[in-house]
Amino acid sequence: MTASEQLNNFSQPTEALTVEQAIANLQHEELGRRYYAAWWLGRFRVSSPGAVDALLVALEDKSDRTEDGGYPLRRNAARALGKLDDKRAVPALIECLNCSDYYVREAAAQALEMLGDASSISALITLLDGGVEAAKPVPGKPHLVQPYDAVIEALGAIGATEATSKIQPFTEHPVGRVRCAAMRSLYQLTGDSIYAEALIQVLQSNELQLRRTVLMDLGAIGYLKSAQAISETLAENSLKLIALQGILEHHLKQSDAMSLSEEAIEVMNLMDSLL
Amino acid sequence: MTTSELIRAVEQADSAQSLLEAVRMLAEAHSPEGIPTLITVLGYNNPGAAVAAVEGLIKLGEPAVLPLLEQLDGYNYGARAWAIRALSSIGDPRGLNVLLEAAGTDFALSVRRAAARGLGTIHWEQMSVEEDILEAQIKALNTLFQASQDPEWIVRYAAIVGLEELANKIKNRQSQWLEKIIHRLEEIINTDETLAVQARAKLAQQRLERG
Repeated sequence: MTASEQLNNFSQPTEALTVEQAIANLQHEELGRRYYAAWWLGRFRVSSPGAVDALLVALEDKSDRTEDGGYPLRRNAARALGKLDDKRAVPALIECLNCSDYYVREAAAQALEMLGDASSISALITLLDGGVEAAKPVPGKPHLVQPYDAVIEALGAIGATEATSKIQPFTEHPVGRVRCAAMRSLYQLTGDSIYAEALIQVLQSNELQLRRTVLMDLGAIGYLKSAQAISETLAENSLKLIALQGILEHHLKQSDAMSLSEEAIEVMNLMDSLL
Repeated sequence: MTTSELIRAVEQADSAQSLLEAVRMLAEAHSPEGIPTLITVLGYNNPGAAVAAVEGLIKLGEPAVLPLLEQLDGYNYGARAWAIRALSSIGDPRGLNVLLEAAGTDFALSVRRAAARGLGTIHWEQMSVEEDILEAQIKALNTLFQASQDPEWIVRYAAIVGLEELANKIKNRQSQWLEKIIHRLEEIINTDETLAVQARAKLAQQRLERG
């Protein structure tokens, strides 16, 4: 999830659907209903085989197109499949890494990160071909030629140590978000705290959007020593709390979960102060 | 600088950074005349400036309560969350009804979260009649029990913080309440789906049992 999605993740009244209706709506004649149904199945984590099958069909949808050739339903279907924890989706999502629509590729990389299946590693690495040199903006679009940050984050989360040397140069990429992704990923792949400390430095950035991104990164890697800096950075408390939750849970999972250490209590004290 | 000059500096700030500086200075002036401006800043979608404004309002305390209640923004959930956060930290009982409603029914999780926490920090002793205090505390307790089942983990987390603080304020007089709270914490520890929420309930339980 991106920072802005996290931020907007407040409960709002949503159209009430049953699982059967949502699955059926993926074929609804109104495209808006299909799009909503795909989101809904992911949001409520409907992981029944029927839901997964229907989303896999939606991943090949040709009817819902944007003016510039994008595939909105495929994007939502890919995002949903990432949340449903069914490995059957992996080959189809790998296929989506070749889709002409950038946002489908991005959603697929994020979904593959969530599914964490090692079979997607080589396809993900392929998207880094050409290195930083090739990682240029697409003229007239608000994005680079590939969803580098999503790809690099996925490789880090899946533990693709063979990608380390390909990711390394991206710590120098001109786009802050990509640099953060590289540092986050390299910390996960090497365990070297130099990368996590570099992420903490980004909390001082003048760009709010970059501070938001790095909050999510520090939460994702669960770097305990960043808790204080997280609580002090200038950003929404909602995002700081999500980052601190990541750190707390990472720490709890490593220790005997319910015997609360000094460090865990310290993180909770910081969280309390941000409520 | 006079307060009106500080207010003008906030109104005329032309960048995120200059706004932050101007709000900090106005907040540090501790002037009641600055209250409406500080509240307006809560709606600017500038989290740094909002933090400074909330801190200023909390330090001003009582004089900020009525303006905060009057200017609560029904349409901007970001601004509403900051205002509820200020009211929660000030703890003035006049904010109680707003907090009860916000914790239970607001659609924005950041508002429910701030309100749930605030229900634990009301300065009950500032209420005039003993009967009112009891009735109000029962309402707060029930709303916190409800919030402890919220679909969003952070609202449940905040409800635990609220329950712990409420328990600290009432426990000498109402032991059956304390038992109910500890029982609810036990349920959360055993059944909540979010590890951070379980851990916070465990911490509250440990602290309450230690007395």
